[in-house]
Amino acid sequence: MPTRSSSDLIVVGAGVVGAACAHYAARRGLDITVVDRGPVAGGTTGAGEGNLLVSDKEPGPELRLALLSGRLWRELSDVLPARVEYEAKGGLVVASGETGLTALRAFAHRQARAGVTAEEVAGERLHDLEPHLAPGLAGGYHYPQDAQVQPALAAAHLLRAAGTRVRLRLGEEVVGVLTRTDGTVRGVRTPAGELHAPHVVNAAGTWGGAFARVAGVALPVQPRRGFVLVTEPLPRVVRRKVYAADYVADVASGSAALQTSPVVEGTPAGPVLIGASRERVGFDRTLSTEVLRRLAQGAARLFPVLARVRVLRTYAGFRPYLPDHLPAVGADPRAPGLLHACGHEGAGIGLAPATGAVIAALVAGDEPPLDAADMHAFRPERFHGTP
Amino acid sequence: MPDSPSEEGHATSYDLAVIGAGAAGLAGAVAADRLGLRVALLDSSGEVGGQFYRHPAPALGAVRPEALHHDWKAFAGLRRGLADSGVLHLAGHHVWTVAQDGELWAAHAVTGADGDGERPVCVRARTVLFATGASERHLPFPGWTLPGVVGAGGAQAMLKSGLALPGRRIVVAGSGPLLPAVAVSLAAAGARVPAVVEASGYLGYARSPAALAANPRKLAEAAAYGTALLRHRIPLRTRSAVTEVHGRDRVEGVTVCRVDRDWRPLPHTADRIACDALAVGHGLVPQIELATGIGCATRRTRDGAHALVLDAFQETSVRGLWAAGETGGVGGAPLARVEGELAGIAVAARVRGREALVRGSHARALRRRRDRMRAFATAMARAHAPGPGWTAWLDDATDVCRCEEVTAGTVREAVRDYGARDARSVKLLTRAGMGWCQGRICGAAVACLASPTGQEGGGQPALPPSPERRPLAVPVTLAALAALPPPNDRSHPSGHTPQKGPS
Repeated sequence: MPTRSSSDLIVVGAGVVGAACAHYAARRGLDITVVDRGPVAGGTTGAGEGNLLVSDKEPGPELRLALLSGRLWRELSDVLPARVEYEAKGGLVVASGETGLTALRAFAHRQARAGVTAEEVAGERLHDLEPHLAPGLAGGYHYPQDAQVQPALAAAHLLRAAGTRVRLRLGEEVVGVLTRTDGTVRGVRTPAGELHAPHVVNAAGTWGGAFARVAGVALPVQPRRGFVLVTEPLPRVVRRKVYAADYVADVASGSAALQTSPVVEGTPAGPVLIGASRERVGFDRTLSTEVLRRLAQGAARLFPVLARVRVLRTYAGFRPYLPDHLPAVGADPRAPGLLHACGHEGAGIGLAPATGAVIAALVAGDEPPLDAADMHAFRPERFHGTP
Repeated sequence: MPDSPSEEGHATSYDLAVIGAGAAGLAGAVAADRLGLRVALLDSSGEVGGQFYRHPAPALGAVRPEALHHDWKAFAGLRRGLADSGVLHLAGHHVWTVAQDGELWAAHAVTGADGDGERPVCVRARTVLFATGASERHLPFPGWTLPGVVGAGGAQAMLKSGLALPGRRIVVAGSGPLLPAVAVSLAAAGARVPAVVEASGYLGYARSPAALAANPRKLAEAAAYGTALLRHRIPLRTRSAVTEVHGRDRVEGVTVCRVDRDWRPLPHTADRIACDALAVGHGLVPQIELATGIGCATRRTRDGAHALVLDAFQETSVRGLWAAGETGGVGGAPLARVEGELAGIAVAARVRGREALVRGSHARALRRRRDRMRAFATAMARAHAPGPGWTAWLDDATDVCRCEEVTAGTVREAVRDYGARDARSVKLLTRAGMGWCQGRICGAAVACLASPTGQEGGGQPALPPSPERRPLAVPVTLAALAALPPPNDRSHPSGHTPQKGPS
C-alpha cells in the first residue's frame, strides 16, 4: 500500500531536467517524489540563459535529441503559462571572414541533411535581421528553430503543471540509496527518513557524478564553468540569439583551458545576456577578469552599440560535462532501478523535455521516443572502466 | 599627499591598497604610510570622510560643518595626517572588483561621479585593506515607496552634505542608535519631529551588562541624546513601529503600532500621526561584496547581517587581505578608527617583516580598545536585531523590490507554489533583486520572506544563510571591461605607477 513516503519514481534534482522527468512521468499517471537539497532551479538551471538550440549541434545523437526537444518545447509553450517566456526567436550565426563562412556553410549543409532548417544570409543582408550588428561581416546562417525560455520559471512551471502527482521535497539532501539484497534500487535516504520507489532518477546535473557515487556507480561528470554578463535593461537591440561561428568549435572542444566566443541575446525583460566562456576549474566561483575582458570585447565587436552599455551583474554557472559531450540518459544496468538523466553540459535546458520523455517511457515500461542507436550513445555505463 | 600617479617611477605595485576613505580607511592608510609603506587610497566619493564624516563640498560654503559631527576633531586629525602623508589618494574611483594577480592583488576601478567615466583603472598592491563601510538596512512596509519616505541615514547624509531637510514635520522610525541622533539633527536644523519610533526596547542592552560597564562613554552619549530629545520636545516611543505610510502623492501621515518582542504588531494599538516625511532606518549592514567576491569568509552578526571573519590583527580569512570598521560588524566611527590603525600597523609588520610592530605596547593598547568597543557593538546589534514578526507589517500588495515592482504576495507565492527557498531562487522566479540596485535594497527583506521559517513571520528569526554573491560591486560598461589589461601585461597605460622601486 502506498504511503506518504512511497511513490512510483523518485527524481533526485529539481533543475529543469528533473522537472521534465517528473512532468512527463506524471502525464503517464505515475506518482513522483522530487528531492533536492536546495530550491527549484538552484543549480545550473538557475545559471543558464535558457537556450533551446539546434544551430550549435553536429549531426548525431545529440542533434536528434535536440530536434525532438524542440518539438516538445513548442508543444509545452501552449501548456505552460506565458510567464516561462518561451520565444521562438531564432538564432543567427555570423562569420567575420570568408574562411569562417566557408566552414559554417559546410557545417550548415550537413545539419540540413539531418533535419535542421538553416538559411544562408549574405553579409549585406545581416542588418535586415539584426540592425545593430557590426558592419563588414562576411555572412551568416539563420536558424529559425532556435528558441529561448526562462529556465528557472520553466522548471518551476513544468513541476507545477504536473499537478498533485508530483510531491516536492526541497531542502532535503539524498544521503543514501536503498537497495535490496540483489542490488536493485528501492528508494533513497535523506536526513528526514526513507523514501521508497522502484525507480530513482539521477537528475542532479553537475552534481550527478557525486550522486552516482552515493548510488555506488561511477559517472565522470565534471563542472565546466561559464560566466554570463547581464546588462542594464535595454529596448530590443538584439532580436535573436546571435553568436560567432567559432562558438561551435569551443562547445565541441574537450580542452580544460579557457575558451570564449561571443554569444549575445536580448530578453523579454530588457537586459542583454552575454556569454559564453568554458573552462574546467572545478567549482570555483571566483570572478575571472580575463573572462570578463574577452566576453566584453567579443560582444562589443559583434554589436558596437553595446560598448556604452553597463553590465549590472555577472555570475558563474557550472555545466555538467561528460568527456564525450553527450548526456547520460537511460537505465543503469549496474544498479537495476537506477536511471540517469544528467551530463547535458550547456544544453540541459534545451534537451530537458526529450530527456524527460525518454525517462518517463522507460519507467513506464514503454519504448523510448529515440531509436536504439541513440539510446546506446547515451547509455550511462559507457565510461565504465575508463579512469 | 599626491592625488595623481607619478609618471616617472618604475615600480609596478603598492604595498597596500586601501578601499574606502572613511574613518577606518583613513586611519589605516595614514598608519601604514607612517611606517614606510607605499599606500594607495581609493574612494568612490570626491571628498574623504566616508558616510559618517560626510560634509558639504567646499563650494557650498558651509561655515561650520562640524556642528553636525560630535567626532569632528578626530576626523580633522586624520585628514591632516593624510595631507601630510605620501598616500596616493584616488578620489572618485569606484572599485568594482578585487582580483588575484600573480603575487599581487589588483583593485579594478572605474572613475567618474557615478562610475561612468571613460577610464578603467587598475591598482596593484601586495596587500589590501577593505574599509568599505556599511549601508542602510531597508525593511519594506505598506507605503514605503511614497515620496517623502527617506532612509534615516540618508536623511542625515542629506543634512551633512547638502544641508537640506526631507520635510517639515518628520517622523523618525525604525531601530538602532542612529534614530535619536537623526531626530536631534533634524530638529536642530529646524524640522518638527512629532515622534521617534523605536521597535526594540532599550532594555535589550541590559542583557549585556559587562559591555555597558566597559563603555561609559557610550552611556553618556545615549544620555546626551535623551536630554536633547527632551529639549526639542521629541517624544520617544519604544516597542513601536511605523507599520503603514499614508498619502496619495506623498507622505501625509503614518500609522504607529505597539509591537511585541518579535516586532509583531499588537491589536488595537494603531495610532495615526500626521507628518510630511518619514525618516526610517533599521540599522546598518556591512558592505562586504568586494571581500566576499574574492573568497573572504563571513560570520553572522547578532542582528542577522553578514560581516567578515577577522583575526586579532584585522586580517580576513584570505592571507594578505585585511578589513577594518563596519566590514567586520557595524560598530561606529571611533571603533573604525582604532581598527583601521591596527590594520595599518599589522600590514606594515607583514610587508616589512617587522613582527615586533604588532607586539608593541601601542598595538596592544589598540587591541584592548578594539575589543572593548566590539563588545559594545555586539550588544547594540543584539538589542536592535529585527524581530521575525516584521513580515506581518506587509500586505500582499506591498512592493518588496521597488526596481522591478515585485510585491510581497508574488514573493510569497514563489515560495509557497513554485519551490523558491532563498533570495536567489526568489530572484530567478520573480525578478525581485534583478533591477538597478541588484538587491542591495530589497535583498534582506526578500531573504526573510523566502526562508522557510520566514513565512508569515513564524519561528526563529529568518536570516539569509549566506551573503548574496555580487561579483560586480558597481555597474561597469562593456567598454571598460574590454579595456582591462590582458594577463601578464603590467605596463598597461591604465595601471597606476607608484614612485619607488619594486620590493
